[in-house]
Amino acid sequence: MKKIEVVQNILEANESIAARNQELLDKHKTFTLNIMSSPGAGKTSLILQTIARLKDRLGIAVIEGDVASTVDAEKVKDEAMEVVQINTRNMPESCSLIAAMIELALKDLPLEKIDLLLIENVGNLICPAEFALGEHKRIVISSLPEGDDKPVKYPVIFAGADAVIINKTDLLPYVDFDIPTFRRSVEGLNPDIRLFEASCKTGAGIESWCSWLLGEIKGYNRKAARPRR
Amino acid sequence: MHEFWVTENILDIALKEAEKAQARKITKINLVVGELTGFAPDCIEFYFDTMSKNTIAEKASLQFELTPAQLRCRDCSSVFEPKEGGWQCPKCHSQSVEITGGRDLYLASMEVD
Repeated sequence: MKKIEVVQNILEANESIAARNQELLDKHKTFTLNIMSSPGAGKTSLILQTIARLKDRLGIAVIEGDVASTVDAEKVKDEAMEVVQINTRNMPESCSLIAAMIELALKDLPLEKIDLLLIENVGNLICPAEFALGEHKRIVISSLPEGDDKPVKYPVIFAGADAVIINKTDLLPYVDFDIPTFRRSVEGLNPDIRLFEASCKTGAGIESWCSWLLGEIKGYNRKAARPRR
Repeated sequence: MHEFWVTENILDIALKEAEKAQARKITKINLVVGELTGFAPDCIEFYFDTMSKNTIAEKASLQFELTPAQLRCRDCSSVFEPKEGGWQCPKCHSQSVEITGGRDLYLASMEVD
């Protein structure tokens, strides 16, 4: 019997594919968001609102990850420049997208024409936290009916997010959701996080979200344009 | 559920390391799994039993060292393991905390013949 020291990170394989994905996206200056949430919190609605406001200024594509249906992809197809659907049901990973799936999807996209790529992850607040895809920003949507304790119950995904959107604010009079409590718990996990209050249904707060997003894309393109020393 | 991909990778790494060491059989794989990764050892074992069939890792025992969540308070720098119901510094009660442990996921070592 022999003992072998290994000390090998198990997620490294996913991380190296994610890094390759990001290199490819950077080559084409395609700013990419990984959009995560529980099922029904508003990922598709946010994507539709974002496209509606920005499609005249940016080439926008969407990668849809869903377990069994094309419902989301159908809604987005008419609005986005390009949509790629990944059905995870027939793949072993059905609770999160992984970098290898994105690598495949990127082959079907004309990246040179795409300024903004929106990846709609599978509805889940646990698994996606572990799998980098090659994105530039990680967005988590938390909606009012889910309750204001989601950051307490699922701290890892909130701690790793760049921005959180509190969606369905139109329901504030009807549900028990304390926005300051929610903000405090998210900011405790990540002091640099950007928080947006929005209603994808009424459009409230979407302007602010889109302004931020445009600012991020501008900054990204400026960095990409600087010649390497 | 996301244990499937993870288990595939564990097997992949184990077989590569065994080949490097010119081993004939893998008898034990020692894994470190952080509490915050959300990976369940039972699920990993379940997938491993099937995936390792007809490989030199078949019937290898999987040992899990579970590492607990560990946080550091940004206000008073206390390091602590969080309790149920919220991450708050036990010393100064601040909610501003960063994750300093419990996200590991690695294959530490193996025993081979």
